[in-house]
Amino acid sequence: MKDTLIFEESREGRRGFTLPAAGISGGAKEDFLPKAYRRSTPAALPELSEVEVVRHFTGLSMKNYGIDLGFYPLGSCTMKYNPKVNEDVVLLPGFAELHPLQTAETAQGTLELLHGLITDLCGITGMRWGTLQPFAGAHGEFTAMKLFRAYFDHRKDDHRKKILIPDSAHGTNPASAHLAGFQVVELPSDPEGYVDLEALEEHLDDTLAGIMLTNPNTLGRFEKDIRLIARKIHQAGGLLYYDGANMNAILGHARPGDMGFDAVHLNIHKTFSTPHGGGGPGSGPVLVGESLEPYLPVPDIRRDGDTFRWASEHRPRSIGRVSGFYGNIAVLLRAVCYLRMMGSEGLKAAGTLAVLNANYLKRHLTSLFDSPDKSLCKHEFVLSAKTWKEKHGITALDIAKALLDRGIHPPTIYFPLTVPEALMIEPTETESRETLDSFVDTLKDILTTAKKDPEALHRAPEKMPVSRIDEVRAAKTPILRWRKER
Amino acid sequence: MHPFLPHTDRDIQEMLDFCGLQKPEELFADIPEDVLLKKNLPLADGLSEFEAFRLLEKTAAKNRIESVCFLGCGSYDHIIPRTVNRITSLPQFYTAYTPYQAEMSQGFLQAMFEFQTMICELTSLEVSNASLYDGHTASCEAAVMALQACRDRNKVLYAETLHPFTKQVLRTHFYGTDVVLKEVQAPSGCFSLAALEEELDDDTACFIGQSPNIFGFLEDYTGCAEALHARGAFFIISSNPLSLAVTRSQGEWGADIGIGDTQVFGLPRFFGGPSCGYIAATEKLTRKMPGRIVGQSVDTKGRRAFILTLQAREQHIKRHRATSNICSNQALAALASTVYLSLLGPEGLKETALQNMAAARYLYDRLTALPGITGYAGNPFFNEFTLQLPKPAEQVAAEILKRGILAGVPYKTLDSRGSENLLVVAVTEKRTRDELEAYAEALQEVTA
Repeated sequence: MKDTLIFEESREGRRGFTLPAAGISGGAKEDFLPKAYRRSTPAALPELSEVEVVRHFTGLSMKNYGIDLGFYPLGSCTMKYNPKVNEDVVLLPGFAELHPLQTAETAQGTLELLHGLITDLCGITGMRWGTLQPFAGAHGEFTAMKLFRAYFDHRKDDHRKKILIPDSAHGTNPASAHLAGFQVVELPSDPEGYVDLEALEEHLDDTLAGIMLTNPNTLGRFEKDIRLIARKIHQAGGLLYYDGANMNAILGHARPGDMGFDAVHLNIHKTFSTPHGGGGPGSGPVLVGESLEPYLPVPDIRRDGDTFRWASEHRPRSIGRVSGFYGNIAVLLRAVCYLRMMGSEGLKAAGTLAVLNANYLKRHLTSLFDSPDKSLCKHEFVLSAKTWKEKHGITALDIAKALLDRGIHPPTIYFPLTVPEALMIEPTETESRETLDSFVDTLKDILTTAKKDPEALHRAPEKMPVSRIDEVRAAKTPILRWRKER
Repeated sequence: MHPFLPHTDRDIQEMLDFCGLQKPEELFADIPEDVLLKKNLPLADGLSEFEAFRLLEKTAAKNRIESVCFLGCGSYDHIIPRTVNRITSLPQFYTAYTPYQAEMSQGFLQAMFEFQTMICELTSLEVSNASLYDGHTASCEAAVMALQACRDRNKVLYAETLHPFTKQVLRTHFYGTDVVLKEVQAPSGCFSLAALEEELDDDTACFIGQSPNIFGFLEDYTGCAEALHARGAFFIISSNPLSLAVTRSQGEWGADIGIGDTQVFGLPRFFGGPSCGYIAATEKLTRKMPGRIVGQSVDTKGRRAFILTLQAREQHIKRHRATSNICSNQALAALASTVYLSLLGPEGLKETALQNMAAARYLYDRLTALPGITGYAGNPFFNEFTLQLPKPAEQVAAEILKRGILAGVPYKTLDSRGSENLLVVAVTEKRTRDELEAYAEALQEVTA
């Protein structure tokens, strides 16, 4: 396979696209722009014919792995199948060619669907209303933290700055809370990964703004005392935020609103089947209960009889706008199509089977690894390769790299930070029993190699386009762009 | 059985047996009784693919799509080569997660490295990242970079001529923090160095300008970088990146950070998203960059290889001390723009930019020759300009829409303080001469 950069394939004078002949006779930039406004050095973009561009990027795609190729049990990322019809839906001209500043009268179709989506997401989470503006999960977290701030400011309770976050939480939680202007206090977990209630008790004072939790937590365990925690936080004057990264576990079985949460974000690109696109675009809607509704971002979408419109005037206490236009609309429309196809029963079945798959795998794998616990899990579970490291020098990283050679995307590794040599496994509901069995066999095969020939695992991967990459060098002497050799 | 759920009844029973359970409900036995949901979710019944598609097709038809679109202000109707969607639809690209496992993700990592290079080239700056959410939120990330780079300062200045939605996003972003946002006046619709110097002080971390600005004017930043740098403040410019093919780039104006949105490079309008924010900066700001960055390294055999790098800035390592909370970005949209730029190349991009300018100037001249219509005068413009109409712009646009033309963005719909007679008009390479003439005729009739 070629390994050249597109710039290295460039030949002066080639071009991969032509424009229609100009309707208005053009001119040089000198004709249009006084000198001060003109660009002096041209941008060195590559010059290729269309077929060369196509082969370059098709070649790159062959050096990449996606859910359409095989199993992708990346914990906390919910890599479920991405239905193909969703891709066709968003390319319908009525959706793709709609300009964000068209009047509401000319965008009734999309507004109707978005309004319906907020309604459905509220039903799924047990909340009252929400916003679809946030572009990603972390953006939803940030938005919710701003809602907390506005709530306390309005109550003249603006000294409440402390946000509690368990030590097992996703890294975005503390980053979002801090950037939103809060002080982050890390809350220790008890040995089973639950919120340590005694430690919680110490922070229940009048500086408390709230807590950020994911439930089930990152160990895949359902927070059994959640109602008690909610009561304690509320009694102390604080609010509860639900990180929806793990929502797939409880679809149709439990709702954050019923647990006592005041704000929820959902990852549309996880729970609602939209593709992750190699890093994005995602979408992170925020749904809230009564206490936070007045502060939701504007514009909001409102329904008057059979017509839909943007509305801001009913939210004088809004935190304002969090996205330039209204979020990643095409991602949201894919979720609309997914929900139409799943319906209430399908969605509940997805939750059930996600949990069944996780427990089935966990039961198979706990005896092979150190497991923080052997009890029922939800959508994911965490194993530790600690003993393998001590006895055979095989780390979680070695196991991950060995999986690459066997055509499987590895689990999330070294997370949560509370478990040494962690392997965090989330199979999702769209994987068959045969895929899971085959994964178990593959791991057993790797562990057999670990005993017999540990060096072979240190060398892995050997079948990928490249072997292990020097991370330290990349960070120490950063090369972040291509430059023409002189 | 559902097409996305492979389990047969027998699978389910045998898997439950293996787990020592009898019924699926037992999988949820750890959820306390008082939070266990006992009713069905309030959703419609599931549909087949055919029915769902039909339904959505019908709903899409309720949107009114006009092929003659003069709307801009951050989202534009450009020609998109068919190849772009073919590439971004390759399953190994669009069904991949973030490239955490580099050896299995060399394709995406290399494409993002190429994207970063193209953004550096266009902006004339040294470092870029693998995309941000959109051009508006990019302004927040850029301001945070400047605030972190100069520590004890808390003032962020921005131009009055910034997109009003960007201003709103900035206000929300810094609400509840000790950061003070201050607008630099632009009485003539263009940047004024004197106005900047009036606001500039030792608390100022940065100034954010936009060129082409919200009215379409290219800003004259002569002396701006010098003034800011003399006071230890950073200079941030947001630009429509298509304009950079011919107009003075952020780096050439002496800016420290360049931001904007690559929607103009191969992305449909999609009612506003996904688009793709870009950010580039001078080398000394490298370790303050937000989001994912791809770096070049070598593998154990010395071969060139790509990997997510400088992760010590990021939330999963630094937690609350991270430079940004960004985890997901707009990678697939960035890939689309990379493919677009590869297809057009330097000449194609320049030709596109010049066609935009020629068509915009032609229409501007035609329209401002009509009685009662004047151009909102100022600096030269790129492909967007603002008209002063004799009547409210919303009313005029509604009348012209009856003739199948989206006439432009009434400025007041972006900024309630704005004059109701201003109309912002964008002209791209997609507009034919006949369409420009039809627009001129329509405007003449409507304003007569």
